This record gives sequence, structure tokens and C-alpha cells, in this order.
Amino acid sequence: MNPKHADLAEQFIADGSRTNWHDDTLWFVREKRDKAAHGLPEWEQLREWASQIKNHTLSNLSNYLEQFEEHAKANGIIVHWAADGDEHNQIVHGIIKRHNIRKIVKSKSMLTEECHLNEYLSHQGIEVVDTDLGERIVQFRKEPPSHIVLPAIHLTKKQVSETFHEHLNTEKGNNDPQYLTEAARQHLRDKFIESDLAITGVNFAIAETGGFVVCTNEGNADMGAHTANVHIASMGFEKIIPKAEHLSVFLRLLARSATGQPITTYSSHFHKPRPNQEMHIVIVDNGRSRQLGRADFRNSLKCIRCAACFNTCPVYRRSGGHSYHTAVAGPIGSILNPNLDMKANADLPFASTLCGSCTNVCPVKIDIHEQLWKWRQVIVSEGLVSTGKKAGMKGMAFVFSNPKLYRLAGRMARWTMKIFPFIVSNKLNVWYNQREMPEVPKQSFREWYLENKKK
Amino acid sequence: MKIGLFIPCYIDQFYPQVGIATLELLEKLGCSVTFPLEQTCCGQPMANSGFSGLNKGCDANFVTNFSGFDYIVAPSGSCVLHLKEHLKDESRREESQKIRDTVYELTEFLTDVLKVENLKADFSYKVGIHSSCHGQRGLNLSGMTERMLPFFSKPEQLLKMVGGIELSYPKRKDECCGFGGTFCVFEEAVSVKMGKDRIDEHEANGVDYITAWDSSCLMHLEGILKRQKSRIKIIHIAEILNSRNSASYKKI
Amino acid sequence: MTASRNKILNSIKEHQPDLTELPVIDIGKVIGYADTFEQFRNVLESIGGKVVSLPDWDALQQLVNEEKQQENFIINAVPELGEITPEVHNLTAVQLEKLEKIYVKGTLGVAENGAVWVYESHLLNRLTAFICQHLVLIINKKDIVGTLHQAYEKIEVNKEGFGLFIADPSKTADIEQSLVIGAHGSRSTTVYVIE
Repeated sequence: MNPKHADLAEQFIADGSRTNWHDDTLWFVREKRDKAAHGLPEWEQLREWASQIKNHTLSNLSNYLEQFEEHAKANGIIVHWAADGDEHNQIVHGIIKRHNIRKIVKSKSMLTEECHLNEYLSHQGIEVVDTDLGERIVQFRKEPPSHIVLPAIHLTKKQVSETFHEHLNTEKGNNDPQYLTEAARQHLRDKFIESDLAITGVNFAIAETGGFVVCTNEGNADMGAHTANVHIASMGFEKIIPKAEHLSVFLRLLARSATGQPITTYSSHFHKPRPNQEMHIVIVDNGRSRQLGRADFRNSLKCIRCAACFNTCPVYRRSGGHSYHTAVAGPIGSILNPNLDMKANADLPFASTLCGSCTNVCPVKIDIHEQLWKWRQVIVSEGLVSTGKKAGMKGMAFVFSNPKLYRLAGRMARWTMKIFPFIVSNKLNVWYNQREMPEVPKQSFREWYLENKKK
Repeated sequence: MKIGLFIPCYIDQFYPQVGIATLELLEKLGCSVTFPLEQTCCGQPMANSGFSGLNKGCDANFVTNFSGFDYIVAPSGSCVLHLKEHLKDESRREESQKIRDTVYELTEFLTDVLKVENLKADFSYKVGIHSSCHGQRGLNLSGMTERMLPFFSKPEQLLKMVGGIELSYPKRKDECCGFGGTFCVFEEAVSVKMGKDRIDEHEANGVDYITAWDSSCLMHLEGILKRQKSRIKIIHIAEILNSRNSASYKKI
Repeated sequence: MTASRNKILNSIKEHQPDLTELPVIDIGKVIGYADTFEQFRNVLESIGGKVVSLPDWDALQQLVNEEKQQENFIINAVPELGEITPEVHNLTAVQLEKLEKIYVKGTLGVAENGAVWVYESHLLNRLTAFICQHLVLIINKKDIVGTLHQAYEKIEVNKEGFGLFIADPSKTADIEQSLVIGAHGSRSTTVYVIE
């Protein structure tokens, strides 16, 4: 049985104070984004440039990827191509096996989440230590991250304290974030120094130079990459940008959109491996070329994974990332995931009121809310909605095509509600759970009009 | 200037006073208004649920009723947005295109076409403005907090012409109320939580009324307000703009 | 694997849309700061860094000499400050773990975000900027540009195998959004700006 957003959201909301905290905290991040954006008079122009650069890139993608590969290889980087998540995992595993490596650290990479890399390697008896603080916390708790930038945002410091007490022997009941972060720093410092292999994500890959950029606040990607003898960078192929100068546009937008910072602490530009280091890059498709072919949905590939859409989405803030049951939650997840598995993710495009706020905050101008509407049409035409809903909609469409029938149905509904209110005002009527029904007026507008206006 | 009045289905059935206020207001402003009698619905409920494919009959009926007007006006941002983006009749392409080009939500019609500069209206109450999303973001009825552009608001501009009124915005100026069409029942928990949060913010401002340019938002908020036995009432913006004086304001 | 490469590239070629133009990035439309140093200082200090203005290299020279007398493991990577600590590029992570402080020459500073561009050769060893407890960066005041647009015009990202923009110190807010300075990278940063 596929878990559904509506049910998971209902469970999340049952904890009212935690929901309020989650909602307030992420709204605060949205406000920080607003403040940062207001600080740049050219903000809307930047978004337009970013959007156009990405549009152009998608229209010339094959050339840019080949250009990237050529330059990367010339710089000594080993380039791999993976058609899907499984192949990505096999390639990574192959490198690990070849070097006989046991100690692996990984920094934040939504792509590796999408491919379920940790799970795959774990089945092969290989443990990976997630080094982003939020990801390490959820790794200890055996949970997926709930937000692509703030993985542990759904947890309180008390919960983090309990987790660290269990796994790192920190003081029981000490919830101080400073204390807990210090404990994680010491614990992970050892892991970095011992590590033989580091896996990182890629924020941007530069076609012109064959290099790639990794952005972090914590420094964990670099601590791993510069200690390990093998560095594997995993990227979805849509991370390509044409030229190094374009980084100015994207880096100016990324952190401001994500957290309200003008830039992340580290924006590391990798071009060559260290002497005696092996550097690999794995370029992954996993359904992206299929999405590229969907004219209505290809814009979703412009995403730079800033999560501004998560922070602004009133539904996400009140339902939590786990309600989306996928690696990438929120509004962008709802337009990416149906491409990966339409049946399992058929509920996601409906987890929205189509308010349009996401589209407005997207730094690369993805028309997210319009794609949500379009996915709904596709999902229905694929037959992935309940028969009840289908029947109800067919009935509605029929009634609305027939003025006389519409008026009759309206009159009957009003009459029923007036004379037998309990027929609608009861537990079977979902509306009635927490809301009163609207009052029944004496006449419909049309009836009033005929009586008072029509001469 | 011939105007066709489109009264959305749920306003026709449950909030006729909004239709009456719209009609009276337009006539007061010198418009010649016709209400095509065989209209039903714009088709949004089906389309937003993914069933736009079922809308042929509904769309055809709309085109039949609303061909031949200079403008079509409706007191609903979401219905107008839907029509502009999705109304389709393959056998009457020109007519349906004309309708899409000339359909207006009430407030934008008043500011952009009639260019109203003053209203003989009076509503001496504290009113909280709820920025119904589809009208605001879809029809650009007002500026949006996400965009770094100068703020403007067609509805607020009109409300400021009303005597005695005291306006306020909630803390989160344009967060969605949570109605969202069938979302209101299929994601009931989130929908109601969103509505409650909106109401809390208006309550913090001590408003007497919450107004919006979409009765769907108001129906959803009213349901929660009544369940909470709140003293706050809802009112559509058309009713405020049409009010003569507070004492004579009444519902049918 | 070549099979996958061809499969992916062919699929992309088949599905990519018609070519659209690259936009022209007009730097004239971008924010300018009347006092780039002030902006740089304000931003970096607001994110937890420290900025010190110095008239010349001498004052700093003295500080470095004093620090070298102490027990702590200090690396000097700046020729203007005296002898460069030898063999740093050969040091392992285990050896560098005890690194207390490193002095690094930055190429330029960026006023809009308090970042400094550093080439690998100025770090001597890629790990140093991250593994140290305290990072000291030195830039010339005239090398502070307004935004990243100007910065990318001046640097050559692929001149060396590695380079980065660093707007230290390291930080995280992953625990209940409480900002904590000193995540995995340095715990503090001082940027000396030489007139």
C-alpha cells in the first residue's frame, strides 16, 4: 500500500504544538530569504538570468555534458555515466570494492538519497557515515531527512539530545545546541581523519572547465574530500551550467533563497584530484531524460535544490517532509517524483492548494504550481485516482453541462440541507469534521434575479 | 458596454447576496448588465482535480451563455483565472478566445476598465483583508510578499474609498487560507489548520469582518469561525463596496 | 558503461527542446557599494567573522612572529609574513589535525557576502583551511570587489586544481535552527585587510 500524503499529514498535525513550531520555524527561514532578496535591487533580474541560463542549458544539454566530460577527463577526473539509481550504486560500490575500502564519509547529496545509496551499500556490508550534522542525526535515528537543506528540521533539540546520548554518550538531558554540535564535531572529526573515501554531491558542474562546485556551511564536504584518497562526486546531469561566470548568478541566488545568507561558508571549486588522489564523478540520468522530453514538466529540471519552495509552502510547513514519502519533498518534489514513479507518487501533486507562492520564490522561475495542475491531469488520464473520485467528477461534469439539471441539483441540495441538516452535518461529511456548513439562503441568485430583475 | 454577469455556482447557491451586491454595484457605476440565465459553472472543480478532460459540456455551455459581450465580470478571482487559462471550445475558438480576453474579476474590472475613483459606500467596521491566492497571484490583483516589486493592491485601493472602514492585514500578509478546491476535504487536516492559522492572525488584529475576493476562501473560513463560535463574520468585497451604510447592511 | 553513456546522451539529444539563447549578463544592472570595504566588513562580522584593517604588513608580521613562539601548531602560508612553513603539502590529515591556526593569503574579497577567494597554492594543502581551529586570511583593500560578478571576472577558477570562496567561520543551524559557530571547519576567522 502506497502511503498517502493526506494520511501522513493528518498524523503530523495531530501534534499541534510541534506543527506550530515546524510551521513557525520554516516561515522564519522564508522571512530571512525575503530580507536577503530585498537587499538586492536586481533580485528579479537575477532570477530571470538564472531562468534563461537554465533554459538555454537544457536546450543544449548533450553538448554541454560532452564538453564537461572532455575537460574533466583532461584534468584527471574519472567520469562515469549511470542510466539509473541502481547503476549509480553499482558504480560507487565498484570503486569501493576495488580499493578495498571500509571507511566512507558522505556529505549532503539528494541524488544519493534518490538512489538509496546508503541502503544499497549497507546491504553489501559497507557503512557510510553521513557527515552533514542534520543528516548524521537522522542517520542515527534511522529516518530519512525531511528537508533537503535542513534535514533534521522536524526534530526538537530534546530529540537530538536523546539521540546523541544514545549514540555519542553525551550528557543525558543536555539540550544545548552548542554542546551537541561540539559533540558531533569531535565525533565526526575522527571519522574524517580516518576516512579512505569521500562521497559528495555537486551543486554546479561547469561545462567550460570540467570542474564542479560544492557548497556547504559546515565544511563537511571538504573535510572528507581533502582527507580521503578517493573522492566520488555524484550528480544529476541537470546540474551542468555552461560557464564559470554563470556561477555568479547562481551562487548569488542559492544561499539567499535557501537560508537568507548571502553565500554559504564554503563554495569549493574542484577541478583536479590532489596528487595521489583518485577523483570520480558519476553523471546520473534516473528518469531525468524522460522528464526532459515532457514539454510541460521539463522546467522542473532547472531546480538548484535551494528548498525555498518548501519554506514558503503552507502545506509543507504544516505536514512535514516525511508526509511526502520521498527523498525530495515539498512542491518541487511533487513535480519531480511522479516522473520517477507515477503510481507511488500520484498523491503528491494533490498535496497543494495551488496558491502559487512556490513559483514566486523559485530562483530559477520554475512554474511549480502550474506543473502541479498539469500533473493532476496526467495522473487522472493514467487512471491513478480512486473510482469514487472519478464517478463523482463525472457526475459533477454532467450536472454542470446541463443548466436545468444543475438548477435542480442545487435546489435539492439546499432543500436537503435545510430540512434534514443531519444528512450533511454528520461524521460522514469530511467538511463537517471541523467546519460548519454554509447557511442555506432563501433563494439562489438566479431565483432572486428572476423575481427582482428580469423584466 | 455590454456586460455579462457570471455568478459562480457556489455563490449562486449559497451566497446569493454576493451576486446581488455585484450586480447592484455594477449598475450603480453605470453598467448595462445581463445575467445569462442558463449559466452553470466555470469548470474549475473538475479541472483542478485533474478532470479537465470532462469539461467539454461545461465549457460549451459557458461559451453559449457568454458570447457576444464586451466584458464578462465575476466576483471570483479563482473562477476568472481558471476561465482565462483553461476555457476551451474547439468548435468556437474565436468566441472562447474573446471570452478569455475579456473576462474580469470584479475588483480589477472596477480599477482597470471602469477606473473607479470614488464610491458612495460606507462600512464602519474593522475589516481584515484576506488575499485570495488565485486572484492575487494568478490575476495580479495585488503585489505579493515573495516578489521584490513595488506593492500595489486593486482591492485595497477600492476598499479605501469606503467611508468609515478600518483595514488591516494579517501578520502573514498573503498566506493561503487552505480551501484549495477538493483539497478542503481530501486534505482536511492541513486545510483546516491553514484556515485556523489565518483566523488567529485576524483575531489578533481585533477585526469585525474578514473580507476576500473569493467566496470559496470565505466559505471555508466561515465554517471554522462558526465552529469556534467566533464573533468575527465574513463578507465578500463586493458587499462592502456596495454597502450604503452600515445600518442598512443586511443579508437575505 | 560506455553503453550507458551513449544511452543517456542519445536520450537527451532526443528529448531536449529547441535551442534558446543565453542571456547577456549586464553587470551595470547589479548592485554597487559606495564603500566596498565597509560592506565587506559589515557582512563578514554579521556572520561571525572578524575584520581588522591594517596600514601595512609590518604590524601583522609582528603578530605572526609572536605566535610562532608559542606551543601551538601554526602554519604561515604567506610569503610577505616571513618563512613559509615547509612541507605542508605533504602533511597527512592525522598530522594536520592539531593545526591551531593558519595564515593564508586571499586573492580578493567580495563585499556583498564577506567571502574571500583562495587558490589551492595559497593554502599549501587543501585541508588546512578546514581542519584548522582558527583561520586567518589576508587581502589587500584594493582587491575587495562589489559582487561575485566582478569576482569571477578577476579569478580563474581552473587555474589550479582547487580553489574556493570562503565566508568563514563554519556554522550550522541544524539543531532547531539555533545558529552554532564552528561546525566542522574553523571555529573563528579573522580577515586582515591591508591598505
